[in-house]
Amino acid sequence: MKIKYDRSACQGHNRCYMLAPELFDTDDEGYAVLLVEGDVPADLEEKAQLAADNCPEFAIEIEE
Amino acid sequence: MHDSGGDHVRPPVQDWQTDFDHQHPDYAAAAPTIWEQIRTSGCPVAHSERYGGTWLPTRHDDVATISKDYEHFSSQGVVVTEWRPDIPAPMGYAPPITSDPPFHQIARSILLKFFSPKAIDGWEPVARETCRRLIADIQDRIANGEDVIDCAQSYSQHIPVMIMADMLGLPREDGDLFRRFIHNIMEQGGGGEELPYEDTIDFYLDSHVAARRTNLGEDLISYLCQADIEGMALLDEHVRGTIALLIIAGIDTTWSAIGASIWHMAQHPDHRARWINEPDVRPFALEEFLRFYAPVTMARLLAKDIEFEGCPMKAGEWTLLPFPAANRDPAFFDRADEFVIDRARNRHAAFGLGIHRCIGSNLARMELRVAMEEWMQAFPEFELADPDAVTWSTGQVRGPRQLPMRFPA
Repeated sequence: MKIKYDRSACQGHNRCYMLAPELFDTDDEGYAVLLVEGDVPADLEEKAQLAADNCPEFAIEIEE
Repeated sequence: MHDSGGDHVRPPVQDWQTDFDHQHPDYAAAAPTIWEQIRTSGCPVAHSERYGGTWLPTRHDDVATISKDYEHFSSQGVVVTEWRPDIPAPMGYAPPITSDPPFHQIARSILLKFFSPKAIDGWEPVARETCRRLIADIQDRIANGEDVIDCAQSYSQHIPVMIMADMLGLPREDGDLFRRFIHNIMEQGGGGEELPYEDTIDFYLDSHVAARRTNLGEDLISYLCQADIEGMALLDEHVRGTIALLIIAGIDTTWSAIGASIWHMAQHPDHRARWINEPDVRPFALEEFLRFYAPVTMARLLAKDIEFEGCPMKAGEWTLLPFPAANRDPAFFDRADEFVIDRARNRHAAFGLGIHRCIGSNLARMELRVAMEEWMQAFPEFELADPDAVTWSTGQVRGPRQLPMRFPA
């Protein structure tokens, strides 16, 4: 599983950071920063899916 | 936004499809039913001649599209009024909410770092202490024999006021004044009379900003006094408008969300039990409160004519952006009309969509979370004293304004 994050669509809702802080941080202005490159660790796949499913701007996609 | 017991009588609504009035008390009482009627009518974008022409989309897709089309839908006006705002859109009265690109992003960037999740973490102790103090007062009153307490008046309304006053470095005891300013500004859409300058938020803020300029501190007003755009200090109107925005947008919105969440819990012992027994459910419950009881409907002013979903929208008309209606659209949410306390997939739009996403969303979320944690811990059991005595505000911020609650002995 890989995460595709579109910074230009992010509006700083911070849902991903709240649901999956292991995978997303926020910058000083509150926009998301993706912390993992490449494959998502298996034990965080559920959190990755949650982050994607709750982004109001559809800025996060999961690629299997 | 005026209370349903407000000063202006709105003419009766003939038909919600062609004559809706979001400031009518009937709308406040039954908004979700009205959105549902409009959404399923075959014409999901209602129109009204009121306020000089107003549109009301009800589908999530339409609300999202309009939120993102700032070419046609200007933020110069975000509160529907009989008159039209006279300060041009690049800045508007209260930047950045009344600003359009490109100025919008400049004005927004000045504020963002104060409202990031990490910056807001620092305010959590103030929120918790405020909630605990309010709860201790309520517990004293119960111990002294009061069996009914209005928790909108005695709890939910005070929490955002305290924090906003502290952030801005304004006196906490000015909370009543803040609420009066909000009331006056949101009332004018209903035809309120213009107030003398000395009674306005502009006068209040001009006085405070002038004093602060000679005695700077660490608060947000001091920061705005020293902020610049490409080396130029912010205009006085900019500083004042931004502070006004934080007061107007940051108080009765969160008051409404906290009140509606407590109103919900009062009627759902099963949800109270899950909140208390299953802490892992709480983050999802909080987002479901925000979806189901989203307090804020924004507005846009048509900058240019556009045909939108077959509707001939004209420059100078309003469109409402009812985020709470978008949050109940069954085309976008499973079981949209049902409160699902552990809803795992919840892309709700309570804080708006697109570039104007509520800048205070992290603050509002923290306040709602702390208010509910403290309330539920202190009062695991409570019920509405009289369901018919609950009143909801009308207009663009919807939430309980009278919420009498009874507590088992």
